[in-house]
Amino acid sequence: MNFKHKYMFLLPGLLVLLAILIFPIGFTVRLSLSSWDSFYPGLDFIGLENYIRLFTDDSRFWEAFGRLSLLSLTTVFLQYIIGFSLALLVWKEIRFQRLFRVLFLIPMMTTPVIMTVVWRTFFNESLGPVNDFFNLFGMQPLWLSSEILSKFTVVLVEVWQWTPFMFLLLLAGLLSLPKEPYLAASIDGAGPVRTFVYVTFPLMAPISIGAIIIRLIEASKIMDTVYVLTSGGPGTSTETSSFYIFIKGLREFQFGYSAALSITYLVVMIISFTVIAKILVKMMVRGE
Amino acid sequence: MKITSSVSLLAIGAVLLAGTAQADKWSDQFPHIKNSGDIPGQCSYEAMSEKDYSGQKLTINTHAVPVMGEPTALHAEQFSALTGAEVKVIHTPAGDLYSKAMIPFQAGQTPYDIVFGFSNFLRDWKQYLQPIPAKYVNMKQMKDVTQGHIDVNSWGGEMIQFPIDGDRHYLKYRRDVIDNPEYKAKYKAETGNELRIPQTWKEYAEMAEFFNGWDWDNDGELEYGSAEVMKKDDLMYAAFFSRSVAYSKNPRVKGGFFFDLETMEPLINGPGFVAALTDWVEATKYVPPGGMNFGLGDEINSFGGGQTLFSYSWDDAFVAAMQDDSPIKNKVGAAPLPGSDRVWNRLSGAWEDTYNQAPYIVWGWTAAVAKESKNHDMAFDYLCFFANDANHQADIAIGRFGVNPFRKSDFLPEIYIKNQGWEPEIAQQYSETLLKMEEGSSNLVFPLRVPGVFQFNSAVATGTAKALAGQLSPQEALDEVAVEWKKIVKRIGADTIREAYAIGVALEDAE
Repeated sequence: MNFKHKYMFLLPGLLVLLAILIFPIGFTVRLSLSSWDSFYPGLDFIGLENYIRLFTDDSRFWEAFGRLSLLSLTTVFLQYIIGFSLALLVWKEIRFQRLFRVLFLIPMMTTPVIMTVVWRTFFNESLGPVNDFFNLFGMQPLWLSSEILSKFTVVLVEVWQWTPFMFLLLLAGLLSLPKEPYLAASIDGAGPVRTFVYVTFPLMAPISIGAIIIRLIEASKIMDTVYVLTSGGPGTSTETSSFYIFIKGLREFQFGYSAALSITYLVVMIISFTVIAKILVKMMVRGE
Repeated sequence: MKITSSVSLLAIGAVLLAGTAQADKWSDQFPHIKNSGDIPGQCSYEAMSEKDYSGQKLTINTHAVPVMGEPTALHAEQFSALTGAEVKVIHTPAGDLYSKAMIPFQAGQTPYDIVFGFSNFLRDWKQYLQPIPAKYVNMKQMKDVTQGHIDVNSWGGEMIQFPIDGDRHYLKYRRDVIDNPEYKAKYKAETGNELRIPQTWKEYAEMAEFFNGWDWDNDGELEYGSAEVMKKDDLMYAAFFSRSVAYSKNPRVKGGFFFDLETMEPLINGPGFVAALTDWVEATKYVPPGGMNFGLGDEINSFGGGQTLFSYSWDDAFVAAMQDDSPIKNKVGAAPLPGSDRVWNRLSGAWEDTYNQAPYIVWGWTAAVAKESKNHDMAFDYLCFFANDANHQADIAIGRFGVNPFRKSDFLPEIYIKNQGWEPEIAQQYSETLLKMEEGSSNLVFPLRVPGVFQFNSAVATGTAKALAGQLSPQEALDEVAVEWKKIVKRIGADTIREAYAIGVALEDAE
């Protein structure tokens, strides 16, 4: 085959890649160097002004980023613990194994926005069934109006919605583990705890790292839950980076500035995930 | 008294009879107008039935159902049946109405022939909209619109948006509590004060606290003091301004409420605004559980459902409370926003210890035709039909529709008595309250209509939300807002904003 023909076959794929990945990112970079807003539409060139504003004069973005880190690390940690536990539960032969496997996946298959509306109704402090229950004990927790509890509520909804994803990946990992190490552990007289600590957990480390990183990437984009549940409130206590970028871009119509926020966010995220992945590998694989 | 009542009853009877006489073939086909029948006019059902838009398509971007979205869809269906036009209605959440139209506008595209939005979008949208043709501006239907709402929909003397709604913030209260002799005595005994329609925000707070957290209407449920829009980014800025006007709008000080028009320095962190925010932070103690997370819909449902003593903001909560299916129909009253015992004078830099009250005209929903639309005639006919006399009378009777009075004829109590079964005293009080705001005050405040208005309002929402959540003190929160406003002014340009703001200030100062 002629060398040029190879490129001809690659061309459609490259064009698609260009259209759906390179062009949007390139356009966003260009947009971030403009002052496009509701009053000055268009791609003028203002250099790094938006970036300078972000780094010198926008503490709200960095506060939102701190909040995002807290929420995403907490939710993913909890999802990993619960997801792994559930996967271990249905890994071995138990009664109604298939039923449990399907049941555990249901939250992930529901539409996040719709489910968040349902959760918002549950946690409605005046009319919701959750507070109806707590009222029996003379309590009326402010699930959405208290700075601390509103974060808890967001974490709870996220954990409920996305633990099944973690469960699914980890269960697939468990089912693919080789039998020999378990036979060896059994011959050596290892109990279930020692088998888990010295066999299952180390063998699952690569899959665990992959699952954690995938979930962290998704969790860092948390938007719909916050939007529907709290609108970032009370105050700014549940405002995350993506919600803040949404406000600047689509509520305040500061397109140029929100593009600068998005690019900065992307770069920070790439660096953060690279570091987190290295730490996880060190802790879970090399540290074994 | 007896003679007056008899005359009133006779008048009501006559109006009812007139209404019955108006029933016609159109009300048979379109039950929505069953109370009035078709009312002759340039855009009546009869007139529209003579138009033929078969084979043409109209695309409308409007709000989500029900507020404004439901009447848009309903009138689209009727318009389609009458004219043969194909009408596609797209529903969009309130927060995205601006951007969903603005993005294609700026990109030079025209996905929508008609765009619905808030009237304070006008400054940013106006260059993309088609001015209303003279034949609509001069028609009888339009002559009935109050001057204030003509101004709302115009820019530089040219009408650009089609009047479909009129809004202002006013106080709603439970008459069965405030007028209850037993509660009057109880309140007097326990507080030493009179139980009456609150004249100041201080009285509002005292009464709301007194009636907070107990079952004062004996329905087996707890009731609370006040329902307010406190959810961040959900029109809370408008609720804050409602509370601010009494302390900050001094009738003896001209030249700007939000900014000093000369210097374009923000006034948002002045003592008047801080006093209002301090009150608002206190109000978190007498709202229902979760009241800090109430958006407009929650406020409407809370007051309209009988959960609170007071509410303020748009008409919708009042209309919802007065609907046939409401548990508190004919138990509510309307009154001007509370005032204050003092008002800040920014020129002298001192408080004036005098009673002050200022109506806040929030304007409201509006609709306009895209300049680049290829269906101008059909689009304007649709809007004209939407707001024709028969549709308008039927629409303002349905709280969830979000269509509120903006015509001179809307302030006649008879229509509420006849069409909606309101008690005459309540209808009279409601009409008087609204009419006085339109015509009887010399201290009106109009909302911001300047470039980048969303940036200003968003900064207010964030700052006040932080104060309500206890993250910052009222002064700190508003100082933060003022800093943000200064940055926005600097970015967009003081002269550009001044030019637009001057139009609103001229309306305020002309009163």
